[in-house]
Amino acid sequence: MSNISNTHESAGRNLTARALREGFFAALVALGLFVLFVGLETTQNIRNELVLNQRWGLLAVFVIVAAVGRFLSVAYIRPWMAARKAAATSKAPAEAEESFFKRNFSKIAIAALLVYPPLMVMLFGVQGSLKWVDNFGIQILIYVMLAWGLNIVVGLAGLLDLGYVAFYAVGAYSYALLSQQFGLSFWVLLPLSGILAAFWGIILGFPVLRLKGDYLAIVTLAFGEIIRLVLINWTEVTRGTFGVSGIPKASVFGIWSFDVGAANYFPKVFGLAMSSAYYKIFLFYLILALALLTAYVTIRLRRMPIGRAWEALREDEIACRSLGINTVTTKLTAFATGAMFGGFAGSFFAVRQGFVSPESFVFLESAIILAIVVLGGMGSLVGIAIAAVVMIGGTELLREMQFLKQIFGPEFTPELYRMLIFGLAMVIVMVWKPRGFVGSREPTAFLKERKAVSGTFTTEGHG
Amino acid sequence: MTPGTNTMTNDPILKVEHLSMRFGGLMAINDFSFEAQRGDITALIGPNGAGKTTVFNCVTGFYKPTMGMITMRQKEGKSFLLERMADFEITRDAKVARTFQNIRLFSGLTVLENLLVAQHNMLMKASGYTFLGLLGFPAYKKASGESVEIAKYWLEKAHLIERADDPAGDLPYGAQRRLEIARAMCTGPEFLCLDEPAAGLNPRESLALNELLRSIRKDSGTSILLIEHDMSVVMEISDHVVVLEYGQKISDGTPDYVKNDPKVIAAYLGVEDDEVEEVIEEIEEIEETQGGKH
Ligand SMILES: Nc1ncnc2c1ncn2[C@@H]1O[C@H](COP(=O)(O)OP(=O)(O)O)[C@@H](O)[C@H]1O
Ligand SMILES: [Mg+2]
Repeated sequence: MSNISNTHESAGRNLTARALREGFFAALVALGLFVLFVGLETTQNIRNELVLNQRWGLLAVFVIVAAVGRFLSVAYIRPWMAARKAAATSKAPAEAEESFFKRNFSKIAIAALLVYPPLMVMLFGVQGSLKWVDNFGIQILIYVMLAWGLNIVVGLAGLLDLGYVAFYAVGAYSYALLSQQFGLSFWVLLPLSGILAAFWGIILGFPVLRLKGDYLAIVTLAFGEIIRLVLINWTEVTRGTFGVSGIPKASVFGIWSFDVGAANYFPKVFGLAMSSAYYKIFLFYLILALALLTAYVTIRLRRMPIGRAWEALREDEIACRSLGINTVTTKLTAFATGAMFGGFAGSFFAVRQGFVSPESFVFLESAIILAIVVLGGMGSLVGIAIAAVVMIGGTELLREMQFLKQIFGPEFTPELYRMLIFGLAMVIVMVWKPRGFVGSREPTAFLKERKAVSGTFTTEGHG
Repeated sequence: MTPGTNTMTNDPILKVEHLSMRFGGLMAINDFSFEAQRGDITALIGPNGAGKTTVFNCVTGFYKPTMGMITMRQKEGKSFLLERMADFEITRDAKVARTFQNIRLFSGLTVLENLLVAQHNMLMKASGYTFLGLLGFPAYKKASGESVEIAKYWLEKAHLIERADDPAGDLPYGAQRRLEIARAMCTGPEFLCLDEPAAGLNPRESLALNELLRSIRKDSGTSILLIEHDMSVVMEISDHVVVLEYGQKISDGTPDYVKNDPKVIAAYLGVEDDEVEEVIEEIEEIEETQGGKH
């Protein structure tokens, strides 16, 4: 196996022979394993009698898959992987020059996002663009923003927070309740929701941040649940499981409104046909701006002493204290900053849905956001954005795959399988890239050249 | 005055009085007192498990001592009772820095970033606790430039300038030791505590370390407290040696005095208490014969 790169003809024949042999053995093993599980099936008939069904065809499929899979793996996939690895190690120093695309990835991505809604309108018409802008664009961007916010806590400061959705909820209910009770506008409540969420982050942080690792994770998880239970049971204020509906829409800085009856109704002012698509396009740009703000602040903070202290905290808390860093306030600022962006995203969520209920803030949401951060590569903004697109975009795509009904029958609903696929994807990515899509770390300062720090040196944090 | 001390001035920077530290039933430090003079390199030596690291952890606030008083007096005369302060306050306010027996670097940060993290408190103030810095105020830009200069100064001294942009975890062992010392110096300490800095170094790295320590004392006027269990290193560079065994002080004085102290020799040769008399006699004999030769 070791000298695959200089494969001679005889070696190639040897390899094929070995692959055939291993394929045969795999077939034998599969046959032995599945002959009783798959080949024979017992069912009860109407008279409650056990009937033995023989399924030799299905068994044959299993065995053939095993044999062919093993053959392909030994004969082609493994040599190909080894050759690629050898090529990568020999080429690594020469490949310092990155491609234009890779260097300017974020600029290209932002430009693409800016033209995305008009492009969708052009391709699918005003009404047809709704799905692409709302279900894909806005949905993914919300998760990008949430994951970038959580990244400050988990990826930078190394504090495992399983209750991040609590701050999302605080933001959403802050907007929902305050806009209904006091008639405040979105542009007043957006910063206020962030501040309230940050405030809750600090309240939670004080008692909790003395804990480390697993204990911190469990307590934050509990906090997330507490917030949700309060939302369910404090019915006088939150209307419990019914949720808050009829949440006012946002306006374009108070100049144009999206309420159909209003004098300054956006499509009316611009002489466009009445459609909710314009509101969605506005929301798209709004969440894009919020997400980019999160990224910008994160990038700036990383180059400030506080951001460096967060990363140092992730690497070694005791060393931090020996350098005179107050680790409690440092952790609190990370928690509060992360919570603040969660709050912003929450108030956006409320404005987009027009309805909030405790059901939107279950633990699963926290888990998904955390999964995106981990998959993307903790600390890497680009990696996290890619992970959000793959994960959220992928699950949304499942909804579109109605053709699967033709294969699996009419009662097959593909979106029910999204958690299964989500989990499978996570396992695959973690095996293939244990540090996430982007495992390396960009240094925040340099003397001569900025060299990415390989993931093998960074730690995930214990607190 | 302690026997054999030849320092004329008595200006202690650190005074440890009746320090005791108990872990459950174990008395790791028992009524231990010593002074470290300003400008000196003081060495704390003793066999493994004697309690040296524990003394360090008490001085730097990582342990709260069971009993005793630890006083740090700064150049301008300000005094701090270290046993009452939190660990990070001891570095930030009392200006005592330390390294660890098992190196604790931020291995995923670059060498330069390690030194910038050490200047956290100065930079935090300069950036108006992040807010002014975020808004791009010039004061932070200036301070940030200065912090890089300070880092560069220490990188030159520790012979690490070539590796400034590499991850700290990628450095060889000896370089990591020097980086940890450079990082501690970047906090701007008056008193530097080093826990076995020469452990595991090869002779060449050991020499580089000694040179670094001497230049720290000479150029920045920082007093040094040094743990070693290897006597030969200590004798090279220290002005004053304190010997600890089973949590108790057994000797205190100049390197020459300590080297010939029978109790120290007994502790290092690992003899039983009742054999100490014998050892002392033997040593006296040896000294007599040596004296005869002179
Ligand atoms: N945190 C602790 N808990 C319990 N025992 C400890 C602790 N730290 C040190 N000790 C004990 O105190 C004694 C002195 O240890 P230490 O100070 O590390 O010795 P040295 O640094 O001189 O080799 C040892 O017996 C050690 O087991
Ligand atoms: Mg020790």
